[in-house]
Amino acid sequence: MITKRIIPCLDVKNGRVVKGVNFEGVRDVSSPVELGKFYSDNGADELVFYDITASYEGRALFTDILRRVAETIFIPLTVGGGINTVEDFDRVLKCGADKVSVNSGAIRDPSLVREAARKYGDQCVVLSADVKRVDGSFRIFAKGGREDTGMEAISWIRKCVGMGAGEVVVNSIDTDGVKQGFDIEMLQAVREAVRVPVIASGGAGSTEDFVELFRRIPDIDAALAASVFHFGEIRIPDLKRALRENDIVVRL
Amino acid sequence: MIAVIDYGVGNLFSLCSSLRSIGADTVVTADPAAIRAADKIILPGVGAFGDAADKLRESGLDELVKVEAAAGKEILGICLGMQLLFEKSYEYGEHAGLGLLKGSVVDMNGRIPYGLMIPHIGWNGLLFKREHRLLRYIREGDCVYFVHSFFADGCEDSLVATAEYGRELTAIVAKDNVMGCQFHPEKSGEVGLKILRAFCEEGSR
Repeated sequence: MITKRIIPCLDVKNGRVVKGVNFEGVRDVSSPVELGKFYSDNGADELVFYDITASYEGRALFTDILRRVAETIFIPLTVGGGINTVEDFDRVLKCGADKVSVNSGAIRDPSLVREAARKYGDQCVVLSADVKRVDGSFRIFAKGGREDTGMEAISWIRKCVGMGAGEVVVNSIDTDGVKQGFDIEMLQAVREAVRVPVIASGGAGSTEDFVELFRRIPDIDAALAASVFHFGEIRIPDLKRALRENDIVVRL
Repeated sequence: MIAVIDYGVGNLFSLCSSLRSIGADTVVTADPAAIRAADKIILPGVGAFGDAADKLRESGLDELVKVEAAAGKEILGICLGMQLLFEKSYEYGEHAGLGLLKGSVVDMNGRIPYGLMIPHIGWNGLLFKREHRLLRYIREGDCVYFVHSFFADGCEDSLVATAEYGRELTAIVAKDNVMGCQFHPEKSGEVGLKILRAFCEEGSR
C-alpha cells in the first residue's frame, strides 16, 4: 500500500535554516545538512528546502548547501524559492534536487510549467499554490501570500496540472500559522479537481490535525509542515505511530 | 568497480552519492572500454522510454550492454533503466528494449482502478515473490520510493518483488545476472542503500 507522506519544510536564508530549535543529537540546528539528516533519520518521507535568499551570492551558497545535503541524505528532495526559469530548474537539479517547486515564477510566466515538464518530466514539477478566500471564492496569492492575483485558485491549479505539474502543494493562507488544523474544505476542493498527488500545507498544530486531515480526505497524499516540527512540538516518529493507530498507512 | 552508464538521460548525482556512501568504487561513464573493464554495470534512467532507447542505441551502448550481459556480467537497471531491460514498451507508441528479460512495459492507465493517482509516486511496501540476494538485507513490507506511470508486465519468470497499487506492480526483477528495480534505491533511505549494497557485493549466482 502506498503510504501517506510527512514532509518537513526548511526555509534557508544565506545558507542557514531559519527558525530552527534545539534537538537532542543535532549540534547545529541551523545547518541544513544536519537538520535534514536528523529529519531523514527520524522518519521524514521527503524534505522541502525553500530558498528565501534574495541575493545572487546567497543563491550560489544555497546550491552549494543543496549539493552537500544530496550527498548525505537519500530521500526525495524538493527545492523551491526563486525558481523563475528553466535554467533555475537546471541549476538545482544538477545539485541533487529531485523535484522543483514553482509558485510566483509560474504566475509571472505560466509556460514555465509546460517547458520544465517537457524537459524534466511531470514528476519533477511541483506547483506550489498560496490560496486564500476572498469574497467567498478561493484566490491565488503571489509574492509569499502578500499579493492577490485575482485568479480563481481551482482553475489555476487545473491549468497548471494540464500543462504538466506532477504534484500540487496547497498552502492555505487562511489557516497558515493559526495551528487549528488543515484547511479541509479548500484541500477537498483541490483534491476533487485534479488527478495528481495533492500535498496539504498550512495549519498543522497537533498530531490530531494530521489524523483529521487523512481521515476526512483519504485521497490526500501528503502533509507538509514547518514550525511544529522545527519547534519540536511534534516528533515525526510519534506522529507516524499515531497515524498508524488510526489505520492510516505510513512508513515507519 | 561499478560502471554507471551515462547515456545522457537523467540525473546521476544522487545515485553516485549513494553508491559512494556504501563504499562502492564507482565510475560514471559512456566509454565502452571502461564499461567492459567494470565488474558490474548499473543502467539508470528517467524520462520517456523511446528517447532513452534511442540514446542508448545511438551511443552503441545497447549492443555493449547485451554482450556484457551475455558474458555473465551483473547488470542492475534502475527505474527506466529497468524497463529498458525488457523486450518492448508501449509508452507513446511501441519501442524495442534490450530484450534481456521477458515481458513488456505497459501503461498504468486503464490497468489500475480509476481514482488512483498516476504516476504512482511515493513510498510503497515491497511484497516478496521469491528469495533473491537483492533482498538479503531487507524485510518484506519495507518501503521504497517509486515514481512511474508505466510498469513491467508479463515478467513472471523474473519477478522477485512487487508493490500493491490497486494491483501488484512489478518492483524488483532478476534473471541470472540481469536485475532491475522499478523504484529508486538511491532515494529510498536505508532500505535502498541495503539493496544497492546487496547488488554491489560479490555475487552469489
